[in-house]
Amino acid sequence: MREIKAELIKDTVRELFLEANYFIGRDVYEKLKELREVEESPVGKGVLEQIIRNNEIAAEEKIAICQDTGMAVLFLELGQEVQIVGGDLNEAINAGVKEAYTEGYLRKSIVADPLFDRINTGDNTPAVIYTQIVPGDRVRIMVTAKGFGSENMSRIKMLKPADGVEGVKDFVVQTAVEAGPNPCPPIVVGVGIGGTMEKAALLSKWALLRPVGEQNKDPRYARLEAELLEEINKSGIGPAGLGGRTTALAVNIEYFPTHIAGLPVAVNICCHAARHAERVI
Amino acid sequence: MEKIIRIKTPVTTEEIRKLRAKDSVLITGEIYTARDAAHKRLIKLLEEGKELPIDLKGHFIYYVGPAPAKPGYAVGPAGPTTSYRMDPYTPQLLQLGLKGMIGKGTRSKEVIEAMKEWGAVYLAAVGGAAALISQSIKRAEVVCYGDLGAEAIHRFYVEDFPAIVVVDSEGNNLYETEPPKYQVE
Repeated sequence: MREIKAELIKDTVRELFLEANYFIGRDVYEKLKELREVEESPVGKGVLEQIIRNNEIAAEEKIAICQDTGMAVLFLELGQEVQIVGGDLNEAINAGVKEAYTEGYLRKSIVADPLFDRINTGDNTPAVIYTQIVPGDRVRIMVTAKGFGSENMSRIKMLKPADGVEGVKDFVVQTAVEAGPNPCPPIVVGVGIGGTMEKAALLSKWALLRPVGEQNKDPRYARLEAELLEEINKSGIGPAGLGGRTTALAVNIEYFPTHIAGLPVAVNICCHAARHAERVI
Repeated sequence: MEKIIRIKTPVTTEEIRKLRAKDSVLITGEIYTARDAAHKRLIKLLEEGKELPIDLKGHFIYYVGPAPAKPGYAVGPAGPTTSYRMDPYTPQLLQLGLKGMIGKGTRSKEVIEAMKEWGAVYLAAVGGAAALISQSIKRAEVVCYGDLGAEAIHRFYVEDFPAIVVVDSEGNNLYETEPPKYQVE
C-alpha cells in the first residue's frame, strides 16, 4: 500500500481551486480568441474582447475570473492501493476548499440549508465530492468551480428509446436556446446520455471537465457533438445573448449503458468561465 | 445608431428616456448593489409601511455579489448576476424612482411594463467579466445588511463603468431584436 497524507490532499485541493478560479484554461482562452476573429456581430465581438481581457486581468492580478467562484465540485479517482493516512479524506478535501476560498479572496456562496433558513456556511464548504475507486497507487483529483447562473439553466429528461438521436438533439438544443442570455454565453454544454436518472446528470457534469476542443473518442458521439454545436450556434444568441454566431464553445457528450426501457438525457450548462483543474498525486 | 453615452448618477427621467437599446454607456457616480436576499428585505420593509435604508430616486441598482477584495483593492471581482431572480421585486422599486438596473439576462413582462411606465432602463454588464468590471469601481462600502456578506447592499463609487442598454424606456429589447439577425434557419 502506498501511503498518502491527508495533508497533501488538502494542500492539493487548495491549490487546484486557486488555479481554477484565477487562471482560465488554455483550451477556453484559445477558443475565445479564435472565435473573436470570426464573430460577425460587432456587439458580440466587443463582448468577446471584454471576456478575453477579463481573463488576462484575472491571471495577471491573481484575482477571480468571475465573482461567482462557484460551488466546489470534485471528481476523485482513488487508486485501490492507496491508503490515506493522518486524517479523514473528505475532511481534508473540505479543509482544502475552505483554505482556498477564505485565503484566496474567493466568494463564499454556499448556504447550509437549501430550503428553510439558507444561512451561508462562511467558507464555501461543503464541496460536492464524487469518489471512484480505480486500480493503481495514485490519486487523480479533478475540480471545477461551478457557477450557478449556468447551473440554473441545466435540465434533465427521461426520453423514450423511440425518441432516438433526434429526440436527444431536440432536447439539448432546446435547453441551450431557452437558456438564452442567462448562463453567460458563449457556453460549454455538458451532455450525459444513458445510465439512470442520476447517472445521466453526473455524466453531464463530468463532460464539462473535458477540455474544450477535445472530442468524444467514439466517432458517432464526436459527430453528434459537432452537429449539436453547429445547431446551437445557428440560434443567433451570441456572446452575452446580445446576438452573434458564438453561442457555445463546445458540446461534450459522455454516455453509459442504460435500461431497455429508457433513454435518460441530462444537459449541464457552463458559462464561458469553464473553470477546471486537475492533478495526479 | 448606437452611441457611447456618459451618464452621471443620480439621473433624471428625461435623461433616461433619451437612452436607446444598443447604446453603450459609461456610468460615473454612486450606484447601489442588491441581490435576492437584500431585495426580499427591502420589499418586506415596504409591505410593513417602513422607510427604505437607501434613497432609490434617480439611482441604479447593480445586481452583484462581489468576491472579497484583496488588500489594496477597492473591491473584489464584481460582475453581474442573473437578473430574472429579482423580477418579482423590481416593479415596486421602479415606482419609488429607481431609474435603472444593471445585470444580465432576461426580464419579465411585468418589469418591462413598469420600466415603460416609470421611465427606467435595464443595462447589461458582461457576465463573467468580473475582474475587468471591478477596475471601474473605485470605492465600495456596505450601506446595510452586512450580515448578508456578499449579498449586503453596497454603495459603489464607479468611474466609466461599462454597460449596454438592453431594454430602453420604450421597451425595445436587444435580447429579442438582435439574435434573430444572426439566426440561421
